[in-house]
Formats: sequence, C-alpha cells, structure tokens
Amino acid sequence: MNFPILSFTIFIPLLAGLLILCYPRDRVTWPRVTAVAAAALTFLLTILVYVNYDIAQGGYQFIEKVPWMPIWDISYHVGVDGISAPLLLMAGVVLFCGSAVSWNVSDRPREFYAFLMFLGTSVLGVFASLDLFQLFFFFELAIFPKYLMIVIWGSPKTREYGAMKLTLYLFIGSVFALIGVLAIVFLSGANTFDLLLLEKAGFDTAFQQLWFPFVFFGFAVLAAIFPVHSWAPDGHVAAPTAVSMMLAGVEMKVGAFAALRVGIMLLPEGARVWAPLILALATINVVYGALIALVQTDFKYVIGFSSVSHMGLVMIGFATLNRDGLLGSGLQMFSHGVMTALFFSVVGMVYDRAHTRDIPQLGGLFQKMPAAAVAFIVAGLVSMGMPGFSGFIAEFPIFMGAWQVAPIVAIIAVLGVLITAGYIFLVIRRVFFGDLRPELAHVSDVSLLDKISMGILVVLMIALGVFPSLMYPMIQSGVNYILALVGGA
Amino acid sequence: MDFLMGHLLSWILFLPTIAALVLLLLPDRPGLLRWYTLVASLLPFVLTLVAWANFQTGQPGFQLEEQATWYSAINASYHVGVDGISLPMVLLTTLLMPLAILASFSVKERIKTYMFLFLLLETGMLGVFLALDLMLFFVFWEIGLVPMYFLIAQWGSANRNYASLKFVLYTMGGSLGLLLAIQLIGVVSGTFDLPLLFERWPGLDSGTLLGLPVGTVKSIAFWAFVIAFAIKVPVWPFHTWLPDAHTEAPTAGSMILAGVLLKLGAYGFLRLVLPLYPVESHNFAGWLAALGAAAIIFGAWSAYGQTDFKRLVAYSSINHMGFVVLGIAAAAWVLGTQDAAIALNGAVLQMFNHGLSAAGMFFLVGVIYERTHTRDLTRYGGLFSLIPIYGGVLIFTAMGSLGLPGLGGFVSEFLVVRGAWPVFTLATALSMIGLFFTGAYILKALKMVLHGPLNEQWRGHLPEMNARELLVIAPLVVLMLVIGLWPAWLLDMINRAVVMFF
Amino acid sequence: METPIFTPSMVLAILPEICLIILAGLVLMADLLFRHRKERDLGLLTFAGLAITAGINLIYARPGLVPDLAFGGMLRLDWATYVFRTIFLVGAAISVLFTLDGEKRIRGGAFYLLLIIATIGMNLMAAAADLILLYLAIETTSIPLYVLSGALVKDPKSTEAGIKYMLFGAFTSAIMLYGFSLLYGFTGTTQLYALKDLLDAGQFSIFALAAVAMLVLVGFAFKISAVPFHFWAPDVYEGAPTPVAGYLSTASKAAGFAVLLRFLNVVFPDLYPSWVLVALLSVGSMIFGNVLALTQRNIKRLLAYSSIAQAGYMLIGVATATELGNTAAIFYLMSYLVTNLAAFGIVLIIGRTLGSDEIADYAGLSRRSPGLALALLVALLSLGGVPPFAGFIGKLFVFAAAVQANMIWLALIGIINSIIALYYYLVVLKVVWLNRSDHEQEAMPVTRPWALAVVVCVAGMLLLGTLFSPWYQWAMQAATAF
Repeated sequence: MNFPILSFTIFIPLLAGLLILCYPRDRVTWPRVTAVAAAALTFLLTILVYVNYDIAQGGYQFIEKVPWMPIWDISYHVGVDGISAPLLLMAGVVLFCGSAVSWNVSDRPREFYAFLMFLGTSVLGVFASLDLFQLFFFFELAIFPKYLMIVIWGSPKTREYGAMKLTLYLFIGSVFALIGVLAIVFLSGANTFDLLLLEKAGFDTAFQQLWFPFVFFGFAVLAAIFPVHSWAPDGHVAAPTAVSMMLAGVEMKVGAFAALRVGIMLLPEGARVWAPLILALATINVVYGALIALVQTDFKYVIGFSSVSHMGLVMIGFATLNRDGLLGSGLQMFSHGVMTALFFSVVGMVYDRAHTRDIPQLGGLFQKMPAAAVAFIVAGLVSMGMPGFSGFIAEFPIFMGAWQVAPIVAIIAVLGVLITAGYIFLVIRRVFFGDLRPELAHVSDVSLLDKISMGILVVLMIALGVFPSLMYPMIQSGVNYILALVGGA
Repeated sequence: MDFLMGHLLSWILFLPTIAALVLLLLPDRPGLLRWYTLVASLLPFVLTLVAWANFQTGQPGFQLEEQATWYSAINASYHVGVDGISLPMVLLTTLLMPLAILASFSVKERIKTYMFLFLLLETGMLGVFLALDLMLFFVFWEIGLVPMYFLIAQWGSANRNYASLKFVLYTMGGSLGLLLAIQLIGVVSGTFDLPLLFERWPGLDSGTLLGLPVGTVKSIAFWAFVIAFAIKVPVWPFHTWLPDAHTEAPTAGSMILAGVLLKLGAYGFLRLVLPLYPVESHNFAGWLAALGAAAIIFGAWSAYGQTDFKRLVAYSSINHMGFVVLGIAAAAWVLGTQDAAIALNGAVLQMFNHGLSAAGMFFLVGVIYERTHTRDLTRYGGLFSLIPIYGGVLIFTAMGSLGLPGLGGFVSEFLVVRGAWPVFTLATALSMIGLFFTGAYILKALKMVLHGPLNEQWRGHLPEMNARELLVIAPLVVLMLVIGLWPAWLLDMINRAVVMFF
Repeated sequence: METPIFTPSMVLAILPEICLIILAGLVLMADLLFRHRKERDLGLLTFAGLAITAGINLIYARPGLVPDLAFGGMLRLDWATYVFRTIFLVGAAISVLFTLDGEKRIRGGAFYLLLIIATIGMNLMAAAADLILLYLAIETTSIPLYVLSGALVKDPKSTEAGIKYMLFGAFTSAIMLYGFSLLYGFTGTTQLYALKDLLDAGQFSIFALAAVAMLVLVGFAFKISAVPFHFWAPDVYEGAPTPVAGYLSTASKAAGFAVLLRFLNVVFPDLYPSWVLVALLSVGSMIFGNVLALTQRNIKRLLAYSSIAQAGYMLIGVATATELGNTAAIFYLMSYLVTNLAAFGIVLIIGRTLGSDEIADYAGLSRRSPGLALALLVALLSLGGVPPFAGFIGKLFVFAAAVQANMIWLALIGIINSIIALYYYLVVLKVVWLNRSDHEQEAMPVTRPWALAVVVCVAGMLLLGTLFSPWYQWAMQAATAF
C-alpha cells in the first residue's frame, strides 16, 4: 500500500490541533467540531490499519521511512506489528471518545482541544515508532499537554499537586530511560537508532543486564509500576475527564509498550535477569492497588487505583517472557485501555452532573442516567475479569504464563481479582443504586454523543470477550516475533 | 431444520441470550415483556425435550457434541455436549426457568431489566452443564453470578445489599482457586478439552510439574476444585452465604438459586473432580463424607431453629444437598463398584429432586409472603382453614422435600443411603439421624403455618392461590409424584451414564 | 615564505565586521543628522543592517573546507567562526527588534551603536587566533555591554547592574590576562595555533599548565556565567534593560563558549585537569543555577539562574572533550539562542504592559493574551527540554555526548537537574495558565516588530526541535574546525 496511512494517523490530530489554535477566539463550536472530526478520522484510520494488517505475514507492516538525521541514523520510521496495531486502534478509539465526551468544555476550548490532539499525536507516534529516537521524541511530546490540561481543566482541589507530581514522576522516569536509550545507541557501538537493527544487534550480556533497568523501569514509571505508582491515582483524579481517559487508557499503555519494545525486545538477556524483580513489584501492584481502591471514598480514586492494579497484570505478563504471558499482556493493554477510558468517562459524567465524587454523597444514579450506569457495570465486569468480557480473555493467559515461571505470583495476584470484584460491586451499588439523594434530583441524563462513545467502548469489550479471535491472532503474531528475539521459552 | 438439529445444544444455550437482546428492543409494556419472556424461556425447554428424544441412552460418551474454534491461542475451544448426567440437569434448568418467570409475574418494577437478567442467568447455568471445555466451563460458571447478584441486590428484600455482596464474593472467592487450577491444568496439559483431559490428566503421576512433585500439584489443584464446588453446593462449613442469599433473593431468584445454582457445585464434583482426580478423590473421600453428614445434621438443626420461613427453607437446602455430597463421597471411595453406581444414581437423582422440591418450597414461601408481607413463622398460624388449596400444595411439596415414600425425594435419598451404607457406615447412620431432624423441622414449619390457633389478623385478608400460581407449582408437584412412583425413565438414563462414565 | 601584505581573502575574512562598522557609521550619522526623527527608525535601520550583514555573512563569508588564517595568524576564518558569527548576528538582530518598542529611555543612537560594536567584538572573539586579538576582542565586547547594562541611567538597579558587571568583568579579565601573559612567557608566542606544540616541547609541569588553564578559564567562565563566576548574572539580568539581558544571556554567552571551545581544543587538548575543571564548572553551574532558580519570584532573576544552569548543560558537552560533545554544545547554543531570546523578549513585552516582572503578576495571561501565553509556553518548555522544541534536542545531544564519552555520572547529574528545572518552568506556566487576575479582559499590545521577533524565535525553536539534522551538520562542521 502506497498510501502513508500511519503518517496520516499520527499527524491528523497534530494538524487539527494546530488548526484549532488558529481559530478566532470567539468561535466556541469550531474547535470541538474540528477535534471530534479529526479524532473520528484518526479512529477510522486506525481501524483500517488494524483490519488491513496481514497476520499471516506478521512482522512490521505499513512501514514508512524517511531519513531524519542520517549522521546518527535517526529516521522517521513508522510501522506496526501485532502488538502495536491493537494499541493503535485503542488509542484511536479512546481519542475519539475522549473528544466526544468533552463536548461541553467551555473554558478556553481552543487550547483544550488543541492540547488533546497533541496528546493524541504523541501516543499514536509512540505506538507506531520503529526508531528509538522517534519513539522517545513522541514519548516526551506528551509532557506539556498533560501538565497543562490537568492544571487548567483539572479538578480544582488537587490539580496543581496532581499535575506537578505526575509530570515530575514521568519526567524522572523518562530521563532515566533516556540515559538507557543513549547507552544502547552509543555505548554498545551500535550507533543507530533504528529499532529493527537494534533488535538484531545482539548486545553482550553484561551490557544488557546493566542497562535494562534504566530503560525498563524508566518507561515503566508511566505504566505505574510499584513503588513509583503514586503519580497515577493523583494524576488521574486531578485530570479532566478526557485526559484521565487518555492518561489511564492510553498513556499508561505507552509506558508499558515502550518498556516492552525498548526494554525487553532490545535487551532480552537483561529482561531475563530482572524478570523476578519485575514479577515481584508487579504482583504488589496488583494486590496493593486493589486493596487501596477498596478503601477509597472518592469515586475517581477507586478507578485511579484500579488502573494501578491492572497495569500490574500487564507487567506480570511481560515478566513471564513466555507466549501465554505476553499474549495476555497484549490483550490486557487493549482491554484495560478501553475499559478504563469507559470508567473515567462515566466518572466524569457523574461528576459533571452531581458535582461531587464523594461516594457517600452519591447514590441511586441508575434512575437518572441508566446508560452510564450500565456502561460502568460493564466496565466493572471487565475489570474483575468476568468471563464473557475482554478482561477475562486477557487475564487468563497472563495467569497461565505466570504459572509457568512463578506459581506463587499467580496465586497471590489472583487475590487482586477478588478484591477488585469487591470494590467494583461496592462502588456500583453505592453510586448507582440505593436511594436517590434529594440533592441529586436535578441530575440529567447523559447526551447522545456520550451514549455513542460509551456504546463503542462497551461493544468493543464484549465483542472481544465473546470472540477473542477478533484480536488474539494478531497479538499472537506479535508475540511470536518477540519470542524470536527473546529466544524461545 | 438441519441447522437447528445440527446445533441443538447451541440453540438451547444461546436462545435465552438472543431472547434477552431482543427483549431490550421491546417497548416498555409490562404484559408484553412478561409473556414474551415466558414464551422465550419455553423454547429452550421444548428444544431440551427434542434433545432428550434424540439422546441415545445406550451409547457411551458425549452426544450432540459441537466444537468450534474459540480461543486457540491457549487451546480453548467452544465444545459442548451432553451425557446422561448433564441432560437431566439441562432439563431441570429449562423446566424451572419458565416456572420461575411465571412466578415473577408479580414483579412490578423494572420488569425489562429483571427479565433480561433472568434470561442471561439461564444461559450462564446451561453453559455450565453443557460445556465440554474447561475454560468454557469456567466462563459460564462465573457469568451466571452477575445476573444473580443484580437480581438479589435489586429485587431482594431488606438486607439484600449485604446478602448479595456476600453471595458474590464467597462464590467468586471460591472460584479463584478453580480459576488457578484450571490455568494450571491448561499449562500442564496444553488443552482445556474435557474428553482429552479425562484421558491425559489422571494418568499424570510421575515426574515434576513447575518444580513440585506431580502428586503435590495435583493435590493442590484437587483442593482448589473441591473448595470452589463445595462453596457452591454448599458443603458445611462453606455454607454461610446461602441462608442470606436465599432469604434476601426475590422469590423466583430463590427458586433458581436453590433449584439450579446449587446443582452447579454438585455437578462440578461429578463432571470434573471425580474423573480428573480419581486418586485424590479416593484419598479424601472420608473427609467429604464427614462434611456431607455434617451438612445433613447441622442443616437440619439450623433449619429447626429458624423462625423465618424462608430461612428455614434455605437451611433445608443445606440439609438436602448433604445427601448429594454423601453420595458423591461414597462413590469416590469405591469408584467403579456397584455401590458407587448406586450412590451416584442417588446423588444425581437427588439433585434433580431437590431442584423440584426446593423450587417449589421457595415459591410457596413467596406466595405467602406476597400476601402477608411477613416471613415470621410466629405470625402465621391456622392458615389451613383460610387457604386450603395452598395448604394442600404446601403439605404435598413439604412431604416431597421430606422424602416421603411415593414421592421423588424418597427414591433418591434411599439410593444414596443404600450406596453409602457399605462404604461409610457411620456417616450414613448419622445422616439417617439427620433425616429424623428433617422431618422435625418440616413438620414444625407446617404446624406453625397451617395449624394451631388461627391468627385472626389474616382473616379476610388472605386470598387463595390464583391460577397463575397453581400453574407454577403444578408441574413441580406432578414431577415429584411421577419420579416417586416411576423413577425409571430418569434413572435409566442416569444409571447408564454413571456406569459408563465412571 | 613571504606572505603578501594584503590579499582579497583578508577582506573576506572580516567581511561581516566591515559591514558592521559601516552600519555603525550609518547609525551614528543618522543619529546626528536626523535628531528629530523618531528613534524607532534608527532601530529599524540597525535591524535591517544586522539582517543584511547576517545574510552577507551566510552567503559570502562562508569558509572553505580548509581553515584560513588571515592577518598574519590573527584571525581564523573557519566553520566555527562562521557559525558563531551567525549566532551573534541573529541574536543582535532579534535583540534590536525587541528594543524597538522597549524601554523608552534607552532607544537612542548610542544604544544601537554600542550593540553593534559589542557584536563586532564577539565576531572577533570567535575568529581570534591570537592571544592579543582575543583579549582585545573580549574587551571590545565587554565594555559596550557594561554600558548597555547600565543604560537605564535613572534606574538604580540598572546602574548597579552596569557597575557590578564592569567590576566583575574587569577583575576576571585581569586574571585571564595574567594567564595569557604566562602562556606568552612559557612559549614566546601569542599565536593560539602555535602554542600547543611549544607547550609540548617545553615539557612544563602539569601543575603549571593546570594553573595557567585555570587562570584563563576564569575569564571565560565569567563570560558564560558559570558557577562560581556567576554572581553578576542575576543582578545584571534583573537590572539591565530586558533586551540587553537577553543579548547578554545568549550572544555574549555564545561568544564565551566560542573562545572556550577554541582555546581548550587548540591549546590544551591533552591537558586532563582543564577538562576536569570544565566538568566541575558544569556540575556547579547546573546545581547552583537550578536550585537557586527554584526560589525566585522575579521572572528575570529566574531566567538568570536558569541561564546559569543552561551554561552548565552546555559545559557537559565541552567537558566530554569529544567531537560529539563540542558539536552538542554548539547545537545547544543555537537552540538556546532562539529560546532564551524569546523568553526575554516575551518577558519584555509582558513587562511593558504589566510594569512588573514578578511571576505572580503573570496570572491570567493565557486569557488575556493566548498567543503570548503559547509563545511563553514554547520558550519555557524549550528551556526545560521538552520536545518538539529546540531545547530537547540540545539536551539530548549533550547527554548523548556524555554517555558516549562514558561520563554517565555527568549525564545523570544533568538529568536530575533537568528534572528540577522542569519544575520551576512548570510553576511559571501554572501561574500563566491557571491563576486568575482582575485584568484578564484588558488587551496586551504586541507591536509588529515584537510579533515578528517572537514568531521568528518560536519558528526557530520548532525548526531546531524537529528538523535538527542540518543544524547539527553545521554544529559538527564548526566543532571539527577548531
């Protein structure tokens, strides 16, 4: 295919964002229409990429390569494999739904939508990167939209703290990753940023073991690995709805993906040595995150901590370094992205209408906004790994993978599932059922656009849960490729 | 027609789901929704009868099998089929479901959601009985929880929040071990297909798995299975969720809970634990028998101590399911012998019978509750004179539950006791004493509701059972009688399956 | 061999300087002849002249592949000279644009004249290949800048800045001159390119050489405001007219780096202690600059401390003593030029309306003037090292150089510092974008020259931040030309 579909996918949001910044200040509808349209177009393109990806052939496809800085062998080099194509799709759908549910942003809408679009370009760019420099470039590109969007449109109480904490945590992680990246390129003698070449560079074992933690844990900060997870709940909670969706849904996956692509795929020997530590930390993530979520009284914090818990499962899958675990992680990244986006969109809708996120002050909202309640319930079921939903088909292989390397991890981590069920059911009951409080009598139902975006997310999760074959062959092909690099297992 | 017959089990399994989705599109008119759901739930029943007719009793193995790719990355497939053990359970489910829906005609609020959840619940339960793939089994095992949770939490009585959460967390907690064990089996044997596993898994007895001796690993997995199913049955002392859940659930929910959901646990023992872990089952059968006897005795005592009618019936379930457990335990100890076959026959038949009688009892409790808005036994009294038809039906059903000769319960309990006596004499003897207490609590309940001095409060306020309610209870009463008098039509199928399978 | 007294290449070697002298003359004459016309026209004339000179420099003064020593070894026309000249000229031109509508009291002919002369000095600093010319060039640069810093004669802060700058400058250049004289004493030559061989041949003790290097470095460190020779910077930046502060922090700093790079690479390439000294300067500058910047409430002081820290990052590149390191430092200078000029320019524009440089007064800016807020965002993020802006690439290059030279510890210190730095930049952005003020509805006038200057700078930051390859080539050619 000659049409540079990935470039279009990546840069449509960017161009839309720049265009939005040029609009006159008094046109309040132009930015949102442009943003939603651009996001819809991006979503469409990601679907096309997903559908047209040739699983039988495998490997990297839709490759485009333009020299960027030939001296250092940096190029603009994009392409997707079986792992990144679903993530691209996930980013597309979350970007679209995030824009759609933000329709009512009225404070400086130009900046809001422009930054949201920049964030979109950043995440899409990371997923499609086949060049280490470019990956890092797009990775860091997200810093300022994230910070500003949380600070400007975030929840007034915690936004300054949350935004600064998030930004600095992630920046710390990424600069350590940067040192690792530079070491991979310059110290190893590879002298190229081309991931395809680096994958086959075969660094010596001691080198890999030394530098693996830099890149892996550096990027994994964004995936909220314990003990550097605490930015995530604070950041998610402080952020406005669309940003929470992008952050928890997509950005955390960006971290995990980068940790996989740069850490595990380039330095497999390092991964082998450090895997036990990752397993241990990720297991703490799963159980600890869930336990903390259980005791939260802030609706959004519950979901914030649940993300920490679920990303732990992704990390466990990575650290197993085997087929089942990686397959599960691939699915879990997609599933959790969609699920948590849905969670946060519902939380946002509730907050917008009830003006509180304090669980004891909510209740009976099912009567007022049934569609949102149903969507939340579905997301909750996905979250607790209920069969029939995407969470189950993702978590099941992760546990199978864990059995093969460390049974104790599977046994402990499964507790997380039970605790998750506990807090999800509690939250559903307290927020959506029970008696409707008189203060909430004025609450209105969600808009059609909200329903459409929630509907898309719900359908994706159920479809994937009932027909896993919609996705697993693709991820499997990606996993096989990774296993070839990692070497068996 | 070929398409229908070729995928008969899939149709039975998914018709309720399809009906549930269609239901969502219907306009919000109570009458329409109720009748639609009733008709929709009758279809699987009819198809089950067709399947029954097409079932070759003499043939070994599973029949009407279907297999399709589902999740080949981890070697799980969509594989369904029935044998003589599961088909009666399917029949029980598809039979009770229309009755439960008919019983729910009195539900007034959010009918659409209610019916939707019921139909989903049916698919979940049927899936467990039909699945021939371990992962698929687990899928349906878990999926049924969700509608049940919401049914209890939304349409239950006063203490529903506590009860529903307890129910779902207990059962999910139990199934965590099951989940892990299933994954373990999948990792070790590379397949989830039950027929294949029956061949491969029990034979694994040497070497190490995951760094542990095979025996240890299998013991761990065995206990994971046992605990999951024991909670569901529920076996004493894992039973504490049951009285709460049953008591707080809406009437139809209790019918299904007691009638079908409890059978899932027992079915799990029969379908998975005995064939997959014959050795471990044998080793631990004594414990299981003791627990079964304990369930019978303590269940009866607890039931006797209740003053809440519904709670009393709930504890009676523990008491009756104890016989199923006892039968299974006896069979596990002497698997392959005639005693085992008799005990298993009794256990499976007891599952079926208890399904009928418990559903009936819960329904009747619901009927009286709807009229009096109380479940307190001390506030009834002498009602027989006011509502003689109800009284008659209640006595009949209670007798069926008690195990009166001539009714279904007697046959199955006799078979269990007959099979278990040579194996676990002491436990069986204790169970017989427990049976005495069963009589005690049932008679106590009958006395307090129907006899004694009339509570004048109810005079003139207590209408007789209406036609719809009679229609619900009639099939149950008839079946109890039929099985009691001529159990052969059912036992024949069960017996052949049991003999061939074990 | 007899060298001819005059060759055409000698004209070429100082072509931009000639242009600047002509421009200086023109400005002087115009100032005298058209006293009653608006001073603004003088500024425009200066800007045009500087822009044309930059163009002439780019096209005609492009050096060949072989470096050319002119005027008997006084000047060296090479890529380093060329690139640095371009930096100075662009910096001067943009500073003039900002001055045009800036503080009223300084917009006279003298101001522009001094600016042009300082630029000439810088050009010569970059080109100097002889100790004497080098010293003269440094003084030619410094003296006008002392005056410019104190240009707001009625403002005690400005006067203080001028005096302070002069005292520190005189002190450090005396020390540097002492170092120069020692070098001459050791070798008997003032030619930079002859010094190394003579020093090697003389077999001097490493301690003696290190002492000399230290003396010389004092002078350079002052120019680049590296810790511990940074004390003048915050006060001078705060007191001096804002465009001058911008000019000081960019072009003047670049000039310091030009001589530092040339001197270290030509005279002391193998002297290990001198590189250690540079590394220490780097660490000190980064840590002190960033930590002190954290507590600042005045934006100009914040930028001053940040500019000290930025010098530290650039020094990482120098300290690696590799081609990549030098390249990275030069690239960093280019990106820093557009970035910091933009930052000071925007501070000027805002300060003109607000009459204040307190960070707290920036509240509500994003509502008041979204465009300026965005430009400030770009500039501060570029300073913080966030893509897709120039600063990110600059930082990436210097860290890459450190890693490649196996100075991981230096890279780590740099990285920890860039985290601290990001914090205080974000705090400013928070005030701009989040806090509210009572004056949000009042317009904030941005004149055309300002708009042009800001747009050029922002475009430059984006260009250097995304299409960095050609500029890297430039920097590399410059770095290999010493």
